Amino acid sequence: MEATDLVLRVNGVERPLSVEPRRTLVDALRFDLGLTGTKKSCDMGDCGACTVMVDGRAEYACLRLAVDCAGHDVTTIEGLEKDGRMHALQRAFVEADALQCGFCTPGQIMSLAALLQAKPSPSPAEILRAVSGNLCRCGAYRNIVRAGTLAAQGGARRG
Amino acid sequence: MRREPEHGVVGRPHPRIEAPDKVTGRARYSADVRLPGQLQARILRSPHPHARVVGVDTGAAAALPGVRAVISSADAPAIRWYEKSLLFDTTLRFAGDEVAAVAAETEEIAEDALRLIRVEYQPLPFNVSLEDGARGEADVYRRGDAARGLREAEVVVEQVYTTQTALHNALEPHGCVAAWEGERLVLYESTQGVFSVRDGVAEALGLAKDAVRVVTPHMGGGFGAKQIAWKHSVIAALLARRAGRPVQILLERDAENLAAGNRNATRQRVRLGARRDGTLTAVEARILMQVGAYSAGGESSAVAGIYSTLYRCANVHTEQVQVFTNTGPAIAFRAPGYAEGAFGLESAMDELARALRMDPIELRLRNYAERHQEKDKPYTSPESLRRCYERVKEASAAFERQHRGKRRRGIGFAAGDWIAGSGSPPGYAWVRLEDEQHATVITGAQDIGTGTRTALCQVAADELGLPLENVSIQIGDSGAGPYGPTSHGSTTLATLGPAVRAAAEAARENRHGEGARGPNPQGKAVRTCGAQCAQVEVDLETGEITVLRLAAAHDCGLVVNPLLVDSQVLGAVTQGVGFALFEERRVDRASGLVLNANLEEYKVPTAADAPEVRNVTLSMPDLEANVLGSKGIGEPPIIPAAPAIANAVFDAVGVRIRDLPLLREKLLEALGR
Repeated sequence: MEATDLVLRVNGVERPLSVEPRRTLVDALRFDLGLTGTKKSCDMGDCGACTVMVDGRAEYACLRLAVDCAGHDVTTIEGLEKDGRMHALQRAFVEADALQCGFCTPGQIMSLAALLQAKPSPSPAEILRAVSGNLCRCGAYRNIVRAGTLAAQGGARRG
Repeated sequence: MRREPEHGVVGRPHPRIEAPDKVTGRARYSADVRLPGQLQARILRSPHPHARVVGVDTGAAAALPGVRAVISSADAPAIRWYEKSLLFDTTLRFAGDEVAAVAAETEEIAEDALRLIRVEYQPLPFNVSLEDGARGEADVYRRGDAARGLREAEVVVEQVYTTQTALHNALEPHGCVAAWEGERLVLYESTQGVFSVRDGVAEALGLAKDAVRVVTPHMGGGFGAKQIAWKHSVIAALLARRAGRPVQILLERDAENLAAGNRNATRQRVRLGARRDGTLTAVEARILMQVGAYSAGGESSAVAGIYSTLYRCANVHTEQVQVFTNTGPAIAFRAPGYAEGAFGLESAMDELARALRMDPIELRLRNYAERHQEKDKPYTSPESLRRCYERVKEASAAFERQHRGKRRRGIGFAAGDWIAGSGSPPGYAWVRLEDEQHATVITGAQDIGTGTRTALCQVAADELGLPLENVSIQIGDSGAGPYGPTSHGSTTLATLGPAVRAAAEAARENRHGEGARGPNPQGKAVRTCGAQCAQVEVDLETGEITVLRLAAAHDCGLVVNPLLVDSQVLGAVTQGVGFALFEERRVDRASGLVLNANLEEYKVPTAADAPEVRNVTLSMPDLEANVLGSKGIGEPPIIPAAPAIANAVFDAVGVRIRDLPLLREKLLEALGR
């Protein structure tokens, strides 16, 4: 299949690449751009491990084609740290032990980051709903929701 | 140099030390490895549950631009696998069995190539159900005379309980990158046992063990399914050799669910006999367990085990029979055998308590075991299960019932013990003092997400009197550290913790210390155990079951890190909710095909399904078990979860489902709706 040239704006940086039109966003990030923080697990939109932000909205990167994302703002887990300092959600995940194997963690955090960006003081129900499309087979859910609450309350801003 | 205990590092809820790497995406998993020239591979799998491969033509696939290597039964070396089969056998025994494989420049090209492989199959007769499968020999255990015990009983409970095939579905699939360095092979593998994979792959390829190095820096979940060398690692190595380039192979989600292990389905015919005062006179269990097409190895599934140890009883008879079917091979899944066995035994105990009109905890205390009756040895912690019963009773005191209206609430209780968790030799660790203030722990084991890194560093820091942040660890590399065990059986900390402590102690003298795990006690048995109480709500109109709260108390000996123990309990209970309520592999009996080999239709718990868990586990150092006093906690909390939930459902609505999972349609049918 013919490769297509495109430019993806990922974490604020223009990244030119040449991919087949069928290449998904998750594969473009992981294989073409070396951004392996975004995980691939089910590859059919069931598990949420590949969640990234596209124009500020949480999306499954396995359900988007890379060519379809040209001209849009893509934010991955690698783009959350600012000046070497972790995002409040990242600090809260560490503090609340909201992870075990860690494979779903970037997706969980990106789902919550999109929520907090749209709504800085979400309700507990909104936090739960934001991660309801992100499976965690280790079963860290209660701590994931707790971390979301901590971050929303600014409880993890120290450190 | 050692600090006073109140200033110690052991026992403190320290966040896991690798967490910053995991929350930033820096943690590198096998799926994230990118070597120069690395190819991507895909495996072609049997579309039939049982078939003979009459011919394979890979010519068109090999000719596709971008394809660098192809392998199939037509040209693969005859490598023994699954005892009597081959790596690429011409007899395929389940839908998903490996037929051929391709390595290409991209995953997409590899998939294109698979579609170009022409295979002529001759379908063969098959069976996919526990009832129809081929039965192996019975594994029998007898103590006393169960038949007499049943005759002498004043109350007998006799029921059949069944459990389903459950799928592990770790989010990181099985996979590896295979890279040859001359005649040496390096595997970046997602595994629970770097040495187990090393040994298995070396044997398959006819290499010396030290010619294979297995590296697992981080791994995205295993739950038992990643404790052996699977075919994909050897296939990747063969493709890499043919292509002359590194090969990455990652199982797709459907392959993960067809061919990478599952929890065996069971059918358990149970008879309990008791006197009016609750004293057990007989325990009998006749068990069928579905192992699938092959025995895959790894931990065995001892479904019968819990029947002979959890309660004091002079007359016990258990039989466990393996049933072979044309389905993917079973392998250990968190507390293999015990999670299934506990559903039968603890449901039956609940039925017995009802028949006797006894409190369920009272019935269990009446039959309390202070000795391991199979080994005929006293336990090192004979009172710990009693304390778990007390803790759970207190923690669940406020769980209320509701026996009126459309939404009913009930409470259920269950206990469990676990065959492993004591840890055992061999297990080794080194500790190196970098300077007066810094130390490094080195061991060949791996951290599968349970917090092994953190706990072992805590043990070393405590022994050295250093703050935790001054201790680092090198782990997950069979070529860089001394032997560490496979992370299975909830044994890693109990095996390696004492070795790390001994190494740290030695390092205080010589700057470099080596430690070995000592033997387990001779005259006593080590028990890991626990008890749980669940509160559920049942909607009578929809049959929906919601687990509202669950109290859990477990004996894991010394708690090195309460935050990590809490997470293990939380995770195991959450998986227990899935096992109890909705997880089930479905196989079509007409076609022999799995209908839900994906995360859309195979239902694992989501955030909305996770109950509030009250973990009231106490630190109970078991210093007779090992010098550290710690025992396992990863698996035990899944054992009582499903029966506690099922017993709570009965308490809520008065009908008993003896067949997991407790699907809505089963409950509605039983309720006559």
